[in-house]
Amino acid sequence: MSLEIKTTAIQQRRQTFANVARRLGADRPASRYEESMYDLQPEVNFHYRPTWAPEYELFDKSRTAITMEDWYAPRDPRQLYYGAYTIARSRMMEATEKNFAFVEKRQLLAAIAPAWAEIVRLYLLPLRHYEWGANMNNSQITAIGYGAAITQATQFITMDRLGIAQIISRVGLVMDGNAGDSLAAAKRAWMDDPVWQGVRRMVEDSLVLTDWFELLVAQNLSMDGMLYPLVYGRFDAGGQAHGAQGLSMLTEFMVDWQDDNAKWVDAVIKRVAAENDANRQLLSGWYAAWATRAQEALRPLADHVLGCDGVTALAEIRQALDARARKIGLLV
Amino acid sequence: MTTLLKEPKAKKLGLKERYAHLTRGLGWETTYQPMSKVFPFADYEGIKIHDWDAWEDPFRLTMDAYWKYQAEKERKLYAVIDSFAQNNGQMNITDARYINAIKIFLTGVSPLEYMAHRGYAQVGRHFVGAGPRVACQMQAIDELRHAQTQIHTISHYNKFFDGLHDSRHMHDRVWYLSVPKSFFDDAASAGPFEFLTAISFSFEYVLTNLLFVPFMSGAAFNGDMATVTFGFSAQSDESRHMTLGLEIIKFMLEQDEGNVPIVQKWIDKWFWRGYRLLTIVAMMMDYMLPKRVMSWAEAWEMYFEEAGGALFKDLARYGIREPKYADVARKEKGRLSHEAWCTFYNYTHAAAFHTWVPKEEELAWLSEKYPDTFDKLYRPRFEYWQKQQEAGKRFYNNSLPQLCTVCQVPMLFTEPDDPTKICFRRAEHKGETYHFCSDGCCDIFKDEPEKYIQSWLPVHQIFQGNCGGATIPDVLAWYHLNNGVDNLDYQGSPDQQLWDAWMKDRGKAGG
Amino acid sequence: MAQNVSITLQNTDEGRAIAAAILSDNPAATVASMPSLTKIDCPGRLEIRRDSVETQLGRDYDLQELQLSLISLAGNVDEDDERIVIAWKN
Repeated sequence: MSLEIKTTAIQQRRQTFANVARRLGADRPASRYEESMYDLQPEVNFHYRPTWAPEYELFDKSRTAITMEDWYAPRDPRQLYYGAYTIARSRMMEATEKNFAFVEKRQLLAAIAPAWAEIVRLYLLPLRHYEWGANMNNSQITAIGYGAAITQATQFITMDRLGIAQIISRVGLVMDGNAGDSLAAAKRAWMDDPVWQGVRRMVEDSLVLTDWFELLVAQNLSMDGMLYPLVYGRFDAGGQAHGAQGLSMLTEFMVDWQDDNAKWVDAVIKRVAAENDANRQLLSGWYAAWATRAQEALRPLADHVLGCDGVTALAEIRQALDARARKIGLLV
Repeated sequence: MTTLLKEPKAKKLGLKERYAHLTRGLGWETTYQPMSKVFPFADYEGIKIHDWDAWEDPFRLTMDAYWKYQAEKERKLYAVIDSFAQNNGQMNITDARYINAIKIFLTGVSPLEYMAHRGYAQVGRHFVGAGPRVACQMQAIDELRHAQTQIHTISHYNKFFDGLHDSRHMHDRVWYLSVPKSFFDDAASAGPFEFLTAISFSFEYVLTNLLFVPFMSGAAFNGDMATVTFGFSAQSDESRHMTLGLEIIKFMLEQDEGNVPIVQKWIDKWFWRGYRLLTIVAMMMDYMLPKRVMSWAEAWEMYFEEAGGALFKDLARYGIREPKYADVARKEKGRLSHEAWCTFYNYTHAAAFHTWVPKEEELAWLSEKYPDTFDKLYRPRFEYWQKQQEAGKRFYNNSLPQLCTVCQVPMLFTEPDDPTKICFRRAEHKGETYHFCSDGCCDIFKDEPEKYIQSWLPVHQIFQGNCGGATIPDVLAWYHLNNGVDNLDYQGSPDQQLWDAWMKDRGKAGG
Repeated sequence: MAQNVSITLQNTDEGRAIAAAILSDNPAATVASMPSLTKIDCPGRLEIRRDSVETQLGRDYDLQELQLSLISLAGNVDEDDERIVIAWKN
């Protein structure tokens, strides 16, 4: 008799939602990523024009010059939905917490040579403001971008950037014994120190970009693509000779995060570039303009930290970034 | 060990100080681009903020804690969802009629969670102060969570029951779903301060308890452990969101006296908009839960009259009063759910869920909960419809209803002081006449006519030929609504047949 | 008479411990039980103390963990490491 219950119970009428079945081409079981991402954003029959942008619908394809037959084509290779995202980040953060505890208990940051510690304060701590700018830019893309496939991922990046800004701030608090004066000094440097002004100007200029896809390329490919390898690669390597191994433990989150995030950035841009030639031209132009901008803006900082090796480091990073851009279909 | 490792001498940071260090200092005054260009929407609504740093963060959540606690919630939630599916939890609910409430939830509420996600991302970018911006960003990602966890939970029901298969498509087209859609489009198309007053304050703080707390408790009572788990799990985020709602109101009121009348106007508008939206929740509570926890009227008393009363008393020190037309809501509380259910009973052939005449014991419960109204005004209708149905003449109203231009609910509400007379209001604008269900909606229109004349009114759209054709089957096909399956009375529906077969098997197994 | 503040908790083991801590620290609080949840009302002001919750749970407790058990609340919230206060100012 219990067998009978089982047979009635497993008579499913359908395997997934109809919109997902249409996309998969058949009614077959779908992943959680697919069911909770596809078609999530409304596309038609909006009731009112936004009072803050009456020339557009609430969600409007014409807010970028990029065109896509289907804005759900640029999928996330990591297949992150909210649950998968938070669980992944909580694991990364758990490791970071252990590293903080380890470094604080053994006072490993005190082992950094004093002159290098000064350099660290100048190159690392003001980055909390750079991250806050990146947070704003990704929140902007989330607000006015098109299609949940992209905007849900940028929502995750928005929070990642806040989290990274807070990790950087915590490094400052470890360095100054929780007084907070290192953070105040970092803000002064961000506002006034000549080594930072090119970067700050670039970030502020990005904050007023109107094409959200240009913003996506500028922030998440060009600017990050230059800055992350410079700071968490070259600067960090430079610190190894000055006792900064403990610091590397605290910034490992950023290295892992950038690897993970680049998978998404590359997949999205690759798919959008492959859509049509006009897209490819636009993306290539945006990439090159903002990468060049970042390379120039970072020059004073690179010189300050790496001395005469700074300019070469930037050139090498640019070369690698160009190779990455070519690999995802951009014309470089 | 202590000789090897010196204890760190750093002073201990309290929660408030730590949060301030990690959040507050992040923003800066831009100089290469003017602040007015970086934050272009900061003052067009007329709200004056003199000191963004005066913002008080009630929950001082940093991202490390956010990831940790949210991940823990998600692990628990998905464990429940998985075990619900593996154990065929759909068979343990009290009655398949209950699933119709879930259909309304997925088609009507989950898309709003998504809209909230995008709306908070907008405010999370454009508010000038770092404190409120972080709170909005956390809410933006939480709302995405709610949309996704609801879809994941209900995914299992979709495999067995009808009407859940194409919620996104339906939300943007089906006539009654324009009520929730227009509500959120209205908020999202407003400026950042009005959006927060609408959603964080009026909706989250004043009204969502009515949706989530008694209804989710009802879901538990009806054996729907999956829904109750996402409901309460979402609600734990809502407590943070509600607190943001109260803080933003206090912040605006404290910053400038000139903000008070603007905020009061928004409170009036959004109370009424939200209250009209909750009509459908009233109906879900009184008619769609086979086992009931409390009536709509009781929930309204507990969550609006008592809790809302305390709130507005607290805000009186700023010169804020109870929302306009709260007295009308009080007068309607004994009728709202019945008027709505009767309307859907008549139009269920055009809806993606089933309706029914309540069973005898359910009618008795309604009589007990609504002693002043039910037996006099509504019971006779149900008894008549029941007889008609037994005689094979289930009544469906094949005309198209007139909709209120603002809330978009069909004209089903009665005069505040006469429950036998349908309430109609009208207003002229540029030579056109517009129709409303109430003084509340009429006032909202008159204050912003240029906004509401844009409304995508489903019945107008059908008449204009924008909805797949001129006949009801044409329109239903355009809705992706399976005629004869998703719609009509519960009696005789495929849902009922499936459920009865399960129960028969269970009876055999048991006995 | 002071208006009620309110907190609603899930009926889980932790929720039960938090409710017990609240009731021991706020003698004027009253309890209403519904399926799966517990609603606690208290005139004017209600306090959740970390040390009381720790006593109830028998382990260290971070008040931010309240996130995991909370369903709803009504009143102005102020939180620090030791306690959460929910209050009306009138």
